[in-house]
Amino acid sequence: MSAATPTVSRLQGRSELGMAALLGAAGALVLWDAVHLHAPYSESDPVGPRAVPYLVAALLIGCALWLGADVLRGGRGAAEGGEDVDLDHPTEWRTVIPLVAVFLANIVLIDRLGWVISGALFFWGSVWSLGSRHYVRDAVVSLLLSVTTFYGFYLGLGIYLPAGILEGVL
Amino acid sequence: MDVWGSLLDGFATAATPANLVYALVGVLLGTAVGVLPGLGPAMTVALLLPVTYALEPTSAFIMFAGIYYGGMYGGSTTSILLNTPGESSSVVTAIEGNKMAKAGRASQALATAAIGSFVAGTIGTALLVLFAPVVVGFAVSLGSPSYFAIMILALLAVTAVLGSSRVRGFSSLGLGLAIGLVGMDYTTGQPRLTFGVPLLADGLDVVVVAVAIFAVGEALWVAAHLRRTASQIIPVGKPWMGKDDWKRSWRPWLRGTAYGFPFGALPAGGAEIPTFLSYVTEKRLSRRPEEFGHGAIEGVAGPEAANNASAAGTLVPMLSLGLPTNATAAVMLAAFTGYGIQPGPLLFDREPELVWALIASLFIGNALLLLINLPLAPAWARLLQIPRPYLYAGILFFATLGAYSVNLQSFDLVILLTLGLLGFAMRRFGLPVLPLVIGLILGPRAEEQLRKSLQLSSGNISGLWSEPVAVVVYVVVALILAWPLVARVVRRRPATDASALAAIVHPTSDGRTDADPSTTPERSEARR
Repeated sequence: MSAATPTVSRLQGRSELGMAALLGAAGALVLWDAVHLHAPYSESDPVGPRAVPYLVAALLIGCALWLGADVLRGGRGAAEGGEDVDLDHPTEWRTVIPLVAVFLANIVLIDRLGWVISGALFFWGSVWSLGSRHYVRDAVVSLLLSVTTFYGFYLGLGIYLPAGILEGVL
Repeated sequence: MDVWGSLLDGFATAATPANLVYALVGVLLGTAVGVLPGLGPAMTVALLLPVTYALEPTSAFIMFAGIYYGGMYGGSTTSILLNTPGESSSVVTAIEGNKMAKAGRASQALATAAIGSFVAGTIGTALLVLFAPVVVGFAVSLGSPSYFAIMILALLAVTAVLGSSRVRGFSSLGLGLAIGLVGMDYTTGQPRLTFGVPLLADGLDVVVVAVAIFAVGEALWVAAHLRRTASQIIPVGKPWMGKDDWKRSWRPWLRGTAYGFPFGALPAGGAEIPTFLSYVTEKRLSRRPEEFGHGAIEGVAGPEAANNASAAGTLVPMLSLGLPTNATAAVMLAAFTGYGIQPGPLLFDREPELVWALIASLFIGNALLLLINLPLAPAWARLLQIPRPYLYAGILFFATLGAYSVNLQSFDLVILLTLGLLGFAMRRFGLPVLPLVIGLILGPRAEEQLRKSLQLSSGNISGLWSEPVAVVVYVVVALILAWPLVARVVRRRPATDASALAAIVHPTSDGRTDADPSTTPERSEARR
């Protein structure tokens, strides 16, 4: 935090307003949903299904305003540190975006190709996104992991992960 | 209820060969995953949850006990050998522990941490045996209004007392409560926040949410800021301690336990405050205060014992009231509900076998931990060298596997990614994760108690404070909310140990030492 230059902190200030906007949007959504609930008054449930959503919406919208004001007055959330976290360099979108992309691919493929292939592709893609360039070793590890977990879950836990196009082979 | 008889029954259940194997597997898995950098105890438990799903509840919880203590212990190994604590509770351990390791005394640091954890864990579990039934005896007399008040207290305490920025704490709480609303309203059958998606009607699976926020969010966050230079790992032999180390360690272990347990049992106690207190105490009592800051063994022994005793203390409100007070307990509570078991005062009556087997396995797990960890320490230390791409890809892989295996539907992975990105944003902007998870778990249950209370009073709002316990709790709530004003008055007085400690801790902690807002006036001011 001490390393932040004025430009960086101004940028951060602006992006943190996005978090306030997200809170506000979530609050509005909860409110909208609560208004549209069908809730006739009943003796046995004087509170009804709406009261708590109203409170939550109020909390969220209140926090959105509070956080927005806090950011505009110069407040900063401290980014979380950690063992492998280096906060001195900015967010590397080149790592995050491919990771999210392989994650999405896995969501689409998992029911079609099955866990073994989809999971292996997912692990391989994630390792690649994170910067490993040992293509062959990565591929071997990926396949090993997905096959082991497939059989581990099947034999050890009795959970049958989808075999997908390898149905009958596995 | 004869406590000791029940405990013996618990041992009889837990000590069958099959269950001992589960305890052993739990301890090994817990330590192995907990040692991995970036994986705190809560994430360890969340990631390993699906593994226990196929087991019958008793065995699953026996394994869980091992994972719980194993994960805690693994975390301290990481902070001693890497000096970059993964969770705030090991910040203090890292201060002296890493200095000791650098001075060639890694073996002694690991040994005093392991033995101290064992001592504190055993005493803490014994205190749990003594106190949990007492709390249960008190809790069965409470009605809905009191429960509602206690839940409000727990939610507020976690949000407002821990963490350095209140607005960010409350924002996180709001998000958690909103996620908890999703699904069918149990009283009226109205779908809330489901947007006509049938898969949302049952609500979001707590395990999926926990894995998303803890594991996916963390992996994405680390990926965005991955340290490209390998950190220095200190090679380590078999842990051992000389006579002098024993002499210097045993008192800090006991004092640390005395600090840790009560704080762990409080709604907002956690491990941060007792580990700080233990550190300050040991420094003051030490005959060699000049060694502090250069690797004093007391500074590892005390805080590490406090950390573990607090973990045991956490189980008192968790088991007897169903109140989670830290992230790990929240995930464990999710596991209980996953089995259709509702923790709370009735648990001891309805499932005595399970509860006492769990408590007995805490003792067994603790002993196994000591037996395994001393000889295996060099092997654990080697785990720290795992290539980072494999580590974080592995976390994503197993998070996906875990979330998918619960219901075998890819829709859960969509939720996993969405909430994982939320977890990422929260880490980016300093929103604490804990209020979200506690809000998600306690929110629906607090609503249930609220509606029951007002049902009893036929809609009269005074029904909320119709019980004396509720009134007392609301007074405490008011005090917590008024704390910033009180703190401002307290701050005027010259700060002594607290600010001195804050000065020591700050540079090493990456700005995460938000244990006690009153000790860090300039920071909390700046963020508010």
